[in-house]
Amino acid sequence: MKIIEVTNLHKIYNSSEVKVHAVRGIDLSFEQGEFTAVVGPSGSGKTTFLNMMGGLDNPTEGKIFIDGINIGELKSSKLTDFRMKNIGFVFQAYNLIPVLTAKENVEFIMHLQGRSKNERNERAISLLEQVGLGDRINSRPNKLSGGQQQRVAVARALASKPKFILADEPTANLDSDSTANLLDIMENLNREENITFIFSTHDARVVKKARRVVTIEDGKVVSDLTK
Amino acid sequence: MILTVAWRNIWRNKRRTLITVASIFFALFFGLLIRSLQIGTFGKIANDAVSSYVGHIQIHQKGYWEEKIINNVFERNNEIETKILQHESVKSIVPRIESFALASAGVRTKGCMIMGIDPDRENNMSSIASKITEGQYLKQDDIGAIIGDKLASFLDLKIGDTLVMIGQGYHAVSAAGLYPIRGIVHFPSPELNGRAVYLTLPMAQDFYSLDNQLTSMSILLNDNDDIAEVKKYIGEITGDKEYEIMDWRELLVELQQLIESKQVSSNFMVGLLYMIVGFGVFGTIVMMTAERWREFGLLAAVGMKKIRLILTVFIETIFLGFLGLLAGFAVSLPIMIYFYKNPIILVGEMAATYEEMGFEGVMVASVDLPFMINQIIVVAVLVLIAVCYPVFKLIKLKPAQAMKA
Repeated sequence: MKIIEVTNLHKIYNSSEVKVHAVRGIDLSFEQGEFTAVVGPSGSGKTTFLNMMGGLDNPTEGKIFIDGINIGELKSSKLTDFRMKNIGFVFQAYNLIPVLTAKENVEFIMHLQGRSKNERNERAISLLEQVGLGDRINSRPNKLSGGQQQRVAVARALASKPKFILADEPTANLDSDSTANLLDIMENLNREENITFIFSTHDARVVKKARRVVTIEDGKVVSDLTK
Repeated sequence: MILTVAWRNIWRNKRRTLITVASIFFALFFGLLIRSLQIGTFGKIANDAVSSYVGHIQIHQKGYWEEKIINNVFERNNEIETKILQHESVKSIVPRIESFALASAGVRTKGCMIMGIDPDRENNMSSIASKITEGQYLKQDDIGAIIGDKLASFLDLKIGDTLVMIGQGYHAVSAAGLYPIRGIVHFPSPELNGRAVYLTLPMAQDFYSLDNQLTSMSILLNDNDDIAEVKKYIGEITGDKEYEIMDWRELLVELQQLIESKQVSSNFMVGLLYMIVGFGVFGTIVMMTAERWREFGLLAAVGMKKIRLILTVFIETIFLGFLGLLAGFAVSLPIMIYFYKNPIILVGEMAATYEEMGFEGVMVASVDLPFMINQIIVVAVLVLIAVCYPVFKLIKLKPAQAMKA
């Protein structure tokens, strides 16, 4: 089942001095349950592409359909709502709210969704246990390692029961063990619960795990391989 | 949860929070103290003048206030006096003759201000008896005089000595009299000390060749707010246009102007203080916004609507403002109460300046609630203005760009 369809996507950044054509006509689609890596060198347009798919940035041209809805037509407030209900995010760094504990970070998005306190509590604990942090639920981000923080971010991304998770270079700041651990968790979630993951990365370990690898260079898709 | 986030964010950077709270605290603290002392002191000056001499309302013969001569007198009317006293807001009526004459003793002479008074009623209003430093206060049927201490010193008069007075009476009749000194009085005002001579009303009427006439009737009310109502009532009683009925604001125009001019300079100082503090608070909020811009981007990215982000920042600022205002009020209130109960006695040049203006050299705080509420509102509005910056920034927030910040 196709959950994302991108057609003729362009992004041009107009600064006062230069015009940067970051994404140049991408056409792609993603199915439910994919475990996909979007790869490419720095500055190739990976993050811009993911940001547009996540509704964090507007395309200059082209359309993005998520579950048949053209997100480009949604107004700012509706788009925020749409993101909250449909898309989970894991960013490279500065992922968590520093004043909240791991559990509260996971609960936060459910609070925004208006879920009951009991439901929030149970699901947050369950998700943190799933990512191996059942014993750190009351720790604040500054008391967690980088890998642990990213696992909390994965739990938080899952909390809203999204249609897919976009992860922008989630392992970029992690050591080998943490990277392996995080990838195992995400792979298990993908295999066991059919959760769709789309990564941007240039980490070979992530690419190795991915079942589909889309390569972007100079804002264009240069290859799209399914293993 | 928004409340939790807001509260924890406040304590995330304790130093910044303390600086902001301290700014708000000092703004309110100094603002309240300055305004309290100003309102209290000027209020006391006006209140002293009103309650100890001028009264809330005065009745004169029409034209007296423009031309204060002994010919501008009016016949005392017991019926009118009784009717005025029947009004529930009227506390007392004090009849007077006020004019000028030459006071003499030995080879020295000085222009003086004669006040013919009803000793009991006058004392109820002005408490002159308590200001007597030598001798005694006038009896109702006294034929003597009490005089200010500076005048006594100038004329070298002591208790029992005779004061000679010469002047011009009603319709240019010669006025002359000899009055034994009964008492010497000290007023806060140097002007009064150097010129005041008190006689009983009959003695003053006799001196100026008046019958049952007065230059003024001073009316003291229970409440300053009833002035308009009582003025109207007196106007209805007196009926014809023979009298002029003036309230203390009309009588003390110069004092009012002086108070207003002092208030302008004081308001300027307080305004300057608020402006400096306002910029301080604004600076802190700008810093806080910049530091947390990526976090705002993240929150918006994961689905927090801008209105909730704005609400969070707003609540944080309200918390900060509340802490500062609460601390400022809690610390300044006891100080204001202390200076209300224990006025500051001025010394040196400052005291001399006050006395030259005819006021007691005393600064007293006001503990009136309305002015305190006004100051709190002013500081709160400053804080609210400062919070406009993150609000406007957040309205324009773009998550992807913010997270790159």
